[in-house]
Amino acid sequence: MSAVRPSWMEKPRPVTRAAKAVALTAVVALVLVPFLIIVSTSLASHQEVVDNGGWVLWPQHPTLRAYHQIFDGGIVGHALMVSAGVTIVGTAVSLACTIGLAYALSRPGVFGGRPVLLLILFTFLFPPGMIPGFLLVKGLGMLDSYSSLVAPVLINVFNLIVLRGFFQSVPEELYEAARLDGAGDWTVLRKIVLPLSKAALAVVGLFYAVSYWNAWFYASIYLNSDHWPLQQVLRTYVINGAQIADTGVSEAGMVSAPQTIQMAVLVVATVPILVVYPFLQKYFTKGVLTGAIKS
Amino acid sequence: MAIANRGATDRSHAVVAPFEEQEREGWAAEPGGPPRRDSRWKRFRKDRVLLLLMLPGLAYFLLFHYGAMAGNVIAFKDYVPFDGLWASQWIGPENFQRMVEDTDFWAAVVNTLWIALLQLAFYFPVPLALAMLLHSLTRDSVRRFVQSVAYLPHFLSWVIVVALFQQLLGDTGLLNSALGDAGLHSVDIIGNPDAFKPLVVAQVIWKDAGWGTIIFLAALAQVDEQQYEAAAIDGAGPWRRFWHVTLPAVRPIVVLLLIMRLGDVLSVGFEQMLLQRPAVGPEAAEIIDTFVYYKGIIGGDFGFAAAAGLFKGLVGAALVYTANKIAHRLGEQGVYR
Repeated sequence: MSAVRPSWMEKPRPVTRAAKAVALTAVVALVLVPFLIIVSTSLASHQEVVDNGGWVLWPQHPTLRAYHQIFDGGIVGHALMVSAGVTIVGTAVSLACTIGLAYALSRPGVFGGRPVLLLILFTFLFPPGMIPGFLLVKGLGMLDSYSSLVAPVLINVFNLIVLRGFFQSVPEELYEAARLDGAGDWTVLRKIVLPLSKAALAVVGLFYAVSYWNAWFYASIYLNSDHWPLQQVLRTYVINGAQIADTGVSEAGMVSAPQTIQMAVLVVATVPILVVYPFLQKYFTKGVLTGAIKS
Repeated sequence: MAIANRGATDRSHAVVAPFEEQEREGWAAEPGGPPRRDSRWKRFRKDRVLLLLMLPGLAYFLLFHYGAMAGNVIAFKDYVPFDGLWASQWIGPENFQRMVEDTDFWAAVVNTLWIALLQLAFYFPVPLALAMLLHSLTRDSVRRFVQSVAYLPHFLSWVIVVALFQQLLGDTGLLNSALGDAGLHSVDIIGNPDAFKPLVVAQVIWKDAGWGTIIFLAALAQVDEQQYEAAAIDGAGPWRRFWHVTLPAVRPIVVLLLIMRLGDVLSVGFEQMLLQRPAVGPEAAEIIDTFVYYKGIIGGDFGFAAAAGLFKGLVGAALVYTANKIAHRLGEQGVYR
């Protein structure tokens, strides 16, 4: 769509334009104002939060005290390291396995390709279930190991299909040319397919990273609390309202209101998403995904 | 040659068979003639690199999907952790009988269906309307900005979304202090079982309505500008153009999404409910998935919980399958063939 109004389209009536403007402003405000409040409250002083009844829209005297407190205490800092580690390692392993499988399945007539594809698509129809999955992880001796956060969700079928579709769209002539030059399947993958698929790899990689960063359920059932990632810590201390015990925050409540601490944890858990989001966003507008969704 | 052979293996068996016969009789394919199918072993050797690349992913699906799936036999056993899954006693359908007689289970089923219905009525139209609004904007920069903002909440975890709602709508949150300032009564939303179902729908709208526009916007982008132009020249105003050009463009995708939602009706946001169940209690927030979680992983009644989970899995699979059949019958493309 161009920025210029097409000649056949009449100028909308003022009422229509006003209604649209109001609707769009409402959408933007509904998303952004909560973020503003969370960040502002995390930066506000205790007195200000109490005076204002629990939240602040714009702090008068911004302070990083809440952030110092949560990082000094250890729990949040440790959880942050766990989340970062699981996200980085998990994304790398998931991406590598997804690339391998997607590439093999994207080659026409690969040995066993059709049955394997059917096998994978069937898991869409019938997921294994929570209890058998739990007992399997337990049976494999993965309890209280970080591998239990990665192995059970190693490959996402949607990501696999997106990547396979993208690999299939690499022109067949390129494969033939490479083959005539004596390149094997591995060389073709490394030298031709991967460099041509950077956009799709970025999207799938970021999808994996976001899902590892956001995950908490497996951590809650497989890991002891001293190994928890950030989201599970956030759940315990913000949603369930537990005290962050060993930070001394409970006694030091006069220094910083619990709300500011809670909001600060919330901000810390959200910021990485906000940082990678513009990169993700760039690819959505390119239509990398919509093309793949439809196929 | 290797490339030509790939093409051959994609053919149906009937077409390929004569070439196999040729091979047995020792005929070689003439250069430029019909490609010959290699023997199984030869194909295996030729694709060994691809098979090696496939292996980790395939192993994952076999172990964590099919291996776990086999573990569903526990639903027919009296599971004793000490004996392990395979040594535990077979008890036939006893777990399923208990499930059918359990009123808590049926309450969870009713809750699940009720929440699914509310989402269908109040969530489903929102992304469609938002997509129409975005599509009607002529200025690209405004549209892109609103899109970017609206997609964002989709990437936040349910923990963050639930925490945000608690902070804003709770006793001391933004809403209630604003109401207090205005001299009005405060409203009891967070932790109130009666308000829980509307709250859940509001959360889903906040988190996913923007993201949900993507698929509709893609369908709208497919519409040929000339259709609008032709309609305008024929004297159709904005409203009639909307009715006769825009709506037909999204109809197929609306039908498809509705059908897919029907197939997925037993899944209504496990994480979302699990996070909030402690605050509002099981009467309001128990769905089938949380029922399985509390009976099995918390309660240790693994066989019984697995039976409920298997029931959901089987009914869900039947629903998805039926939904796909309906989609194909209506001439739409299904999720799978």
